[in-house]
Amino acid sequence: MSPVDAVDELTLVEQAREGDGGSFETLIRRYQNRIFRLAKRITQNDEDAEDVLQESFLKAYDHLDSFQGNSKFYTWLVRITVNEALMKLRKRRTGKEVSLDEGLDTGEEVVTREIAVWDGDPEQTYSQEELRGILDRTIDTLKPAFRTVFMLRDVEDLSTEETAEVLGLSIPAVKSRLLRARLQLREKLTRQFKRKGEDVFAYL
Amino acid sequence: MPTCKEFLNGLGDYLDHAADPSTRELVERHIRECPNCHVVHDTTKNTIRVYRGEQAQEIAPQVASGLLDAVQRRAAMRRKPCDQ
Repeated sequence: MSPVDAVDELTLVEQAREGDGGSFETLIRRYQNRIFRLAKRITQNDEDAEDVLQESFLKAYDHLDSFQGNSKFYTWLVRITVNEALMKLRKRRTGKEVSLDEGLDTGEEVVTREIAVWDGDPEQTYSQEELRGILDRTIDTLKPAFRTVFMLRDVEDLSTEETAEVLGLSIPAVKSRLLRARLQLREKLTRQFKRKGEDVFAYL
Repeated sequence: MPTCKEFLNGLGDYLDHAADPSTRELVERHIRECPNCHVVHDTTKNTIRVYRGEQAQEIAPQVASGLLDAVQRRAAMRRKPCDQ
């Protein structure tokens, strides 16, 4: 870690508030890749994700004074990004005005059909690029409401409460969507990663 | 033995270390006794691990420079409000 990387977030935010452009640029470089990935996973579109990336950092820059410091700067930036990405998603779908809740909570049971152990750790079996491709394609098959909750809780590490607040959902709704998202991803990844042949039931 | 449905109902909180003691006991007991749900638990944990561990890809240089330019333009506007 370089000395610049080691400077803590709050110090950088304070310096940026006082007009130090370099500090805000450090924050950009630190988080731009993760923010882009989050935007891309929600919008599923490179061009939209680039817009969301830029709009989110500009909004953060414009509203630095309203950042309270009682949450992490990154969590605050994630909230801005999710709002921007969801707006983009809704705008793209105007004409058929799809709600993010569409098709959810129909009372259907969560299912677990694919029962097989994985063939080792995918992190060892696949190159980073191959694995990223598999993970991207798999999460893209989930409905927006599921993949957004999964990204916030399991990738960006927001708490259940923070996720509920960002998405305007109740805590039980966040938990229910997260479980469904995890099980759907599990089902699809297991098809990809399962041990082939007679060893499928090696756990027995 | 707790049912598979009861196991699934408790799985989310269990994976998040947020389950109350009775739910934790129920899930752990079921995992010991039901081979299928044992696999479901393991592979769900693996699923979370691979996504959480994935390094975000570097954004394209032109996207990064476009972002920096946009923020620098905004900063310049802020410094010279009377010129706008």
